[in-house]
Amino acid sequence: MDLAMFLSVIIGAIFINNFILSKFLGLCSFIGISKETKPALYMGVSVTFVTTCASIITWAIYNFILAPFHIEYLRTISFILVIASFVQFVEIVIKKFSQALYRTLGIYLPLITVNCAVFGVAVLNSEMFFKRGINTLTSFTMSALQGFCVGLGYILVMLFMSGIRERLELCDIPKSFKDAPIAFIIASLMSMAFMGFSGFRF
Amino acid sequence: MKKLLREFFKGIGSENPIFRLILGLCPALAVSTSVVNGLGMGIAATFVLLGSNIIISLVRKSIPDQIRIPCFIVIIATFVTIVELMMKAYAPELSKSLGIFVPLIVVNCMVLGRAEAFACREGVLASTLDALGMGVGFTLALLLISAIRELLGNGTLLGFLILKSFDPVLYLVLAPGALLVIGLLIGGINFLSSKRRSA
Repeated sequence: MDLAMFLSVIIGAIFINNFILSKFLGLCSFIGISKETKPALYMGVSVTFVTTCASIITWAIYNFILAPFHIEYLRTISFILVIASFVQFVEIVIKKFSQALYRTLGIYLPLITVNCAVFGVAVLNSEMFFKRGINTLTSFTMSALQGFCVGLGYILVMLFMSGIRERLELCDIPKSFKDAPIAFIIASLMSMAFMGFSGFRF
Repeated sequence: MKKLLREFFKGIGSENPIFRLILGLCPALAVSTSVVNGLGMGIAATFVLLGSNIIISLVRKSIPDQIRIPCFIVIIATFVTIVELMMKAYAPELSKSLGIFVPLIVVNCMVLGRAEAFACREGVLASTLDALGMGVGFTLALLLISAIRELLGNGTLLGFLILKSFDPVLYLVLAPGALLVIGLLIGGINFLSSKRRSA
């Protein structure tokens, strides 16, 4: 476990392979919820929490159940079930303990179940960190770290985008390009800027 | 009969999943770098959509309302696993180039959206036609996006060289190009349909 590997996972997940801008995961929520800054931030925080926990849980499932019994082909069905029930569980817990938090985050939680970013990070972890030769401890830390950093990258882009779109409200955009189309074009420019990060080498 | 035909054609035109409902974008953008990939993803998603819509509309009366989402997800995931294994067996090249986007069909909002909005309310025949229409509309949209990106970004179409004396715009094959193409396409379609409405 050396530092360079950690750094490459962190920078890679936040900037170079940003889930929204270069892998197109979580695009639907990105376009749908980035109209104002506050909801965008809340959504980003909930996604980060869920991606981190989902990475840890799916790591355990893959490492202790799927891989030892050679039933990797059940990956899709088991991961999505676990993620869906985990999100439901979080929703129930939040509802029970904090009504205020539930009112701010509650509406985003069901959306997270079908957010490609959560499932995507679980699948990506299982493909990146389960090759022969990587020991268990490393693959665990890497999976959790990647889950967390993907969430951070998601928050970052959500904040940029919602900031820009709040200002766009005041601009004179052609009528047929309002909302989604102009958001895609801005995302394209942002994605181009993020491509500059791909020059990083470790 | 007329109503059933309308269910089929609305997916292609007025309720096209990508251009109108803006659903199922992740695969649409990520795999549309070449026409072959776009077509493969379109067919795979159509199969999943068809299978899950039929099964869900068959069992819709026995699923309790509170746990319908997990039930839908299990049904969808089953079909996705079938597609994943079939593709690995019969089209290993395609499976390699689509990568993680094959398992990701399971979280494609289009599939769950149709299950939730249509298949759990309507009969089997209507759901089948709805799935077919949506699938065809999705595939056509993918073909359009991937044809533009492959032709201008690489100078080829289905792998054949078409534009010879033309410097390919590499930008369009990379990630930002996909976002630009879809933004312009949605804007253009909005413009055309608003023009037709006012005329």
